[in-house]
Amino acid sequence: MKNTKIRKRSNAPIFWGLFGGGGMLAALFGPMLVFITGLAIPLGLLLPADTMSYAKMLAFAQNILGKGFIFAVIALFMWHAAHRIFHSLHEFGVHAGTGCKLLTYGVAFVSTIVAAVILLGL
Amino acid sequence: MSDTQKIIEIEVLRYNPESDQEPHSQVYKVPFTDDMSVLQGAQYIKDNFDGSLTYRWSCRMAICGSCGMMINGVPKLSCETFLRDYYPNRIRIEAMAHFPIEKDLVVDLSGFMEKLEAIQPYIIPKEPRTLEQGEYIQTPSQFAEFIQYTSCINCTLCYAACPQVGLNPDFIGPAAIALAHRYNMDSRDGGQAQRMELLASEDGVYNCSAVGYCSEVCPKHVDPGNAVNVNKIHAAKDYFLRFLSPKGGSK
Amino acid sequence: MDGWWKKNPHFVEYMIHEGTAVFVAAYALTLLCGLVRLGQGEAAWNAWLEALKSPFSLVAHVVFLAAIAYHAFTWFKLFPLTMPPMVVNGKKVAPEVMVNTGLAAAVAAALALLGFVWRIAA
Repeated sequence: MKNTKIRKRSNAPIFWGLFGGGGMLAALFGPMLVFITGLAIPLGLLLPADTMSYAKMLAFAQNILGKGFIFAVIALFMWHAAHRIFHSLHEFGVHAGTGCKLLTYGVAFVSTIVAAVILLGL
Repeated sequence: MSDTQKIIEIEVLRYNPESDQEPHSQVYKVPFTDDMSVLQGAQYIKDNFDGSLTYRWSCRMAICGSCGMMINGVPKLSCETFLRDYYPNRIRIEAMAHFPIEKDLVVDLSGFMEKLEAIQPYIIPKEPRTLEQGEYIQTPSQFAEFIQYTSCINCTLCYAACPQVGLNPDFIGPAAIALAHRYNMDSRDGGQAQRMELLASEDGVYNCSAVGYCSEVCPKHVDPGNAVNVNKIHAAKDYFLRFLSPKGGSK
Repeated sequence: MDGWWKKNPHFVEYMIHEGTAVFVAAYALTLLCGLVRLGQGEAAWNAWLEALKSPFSLVAHVVFLAAIAYHAFTWFKLFPLTMPPMVVNGKKVAPEVMVNTGLAAAVAAALALLGFVWRIAA
């Protein structure tokens, strides 16, 4: 590090912001979401059997707030995970190449687009 | 010395740049008493076994910050770490991690010094005052904003603790960022924008991945980790809001 | 730096909580599959619901739940490190209070989500 060196501004705030937002959303709602969609509904526990019926889920995904929630959960969870996995790869000695970025942020980006396209089409 | 004299094995990572290709270990059997620190153990070796053993020390009371080393892999001040806490096991002492070794336990701190200089660790006055205008006034609550960060003794244990410093030696690192934060938080200071250029750069705060070990090893409870993480928030605000307020930090 | 994370219990824990990201991503991708199936119509959606009942899916969701709950726990446990100091009545709030506030918020959010799902299901 030389003090005369010209330092580039880091673009990390974008990715760090998405990481933080996703991390917070996952911390607040993640465990209960997994419980509801992955355990309670398939096992018929606690909630009414038709909680996630086609009609109810379609109505939820057509509601503007429902759309927003689904989009936020899928996209932000993906960006959160992508950021952490990208850093972990670096920490394991696999250093930031295009491959690493495609595998992490690339997958998050594609997932975001897919989720947006479907939600807008419903 | 009585016949109940306890003896501890101290394994020292030795390196002499004039004769060694790479560092190697050497074990010494050191008689000790319960009040002896690891630093005193090293002094015993130097006085009795090998006068060439090289290490830094000065105050022997955890305030000068010069006797940091890896003790069984943990960055610690050797003056406030006691041999009795490791006995009867062998104790291993090495030069601080993530720094080039100069000789034995002495590391090259020039990279750290450059980082320290780069964050401008002094008050850059908001508005220069003449003598006639009198002193700068600061309230106790304004003082409380930064007092914690003034406790840093530049021992660099936090650098030895930080894996990100190890992975990217250009990362400005915990202590220097904590000191930047100390001046940024000072009500008399107006240098935030200048320091932001560095904190928000690719060598800056976003190298940190919140491991938090820096704050754990800090002998002065400075909590450099929090200073780094708070500045991620500041740098993000600066990043997104710079278009709204053209006065903002860096280009 | 090879193998640095094995050298200290603090780093081992760090790697474990960073590793939860893999499960956050896996769960988000599971939800994305569901969204794709929702877009394909009722039969596809019901097939997805049926797939969630498979033993493999149930076990996977138990793992997701454990991992994401650990993510939530460590996310709030790091608050004293990652968040600006909380000041109440001019005094810095103790680190444990910050952690507990976060954990309480997570419990409240989870219950609110469950209550909300219950209400729209009933």
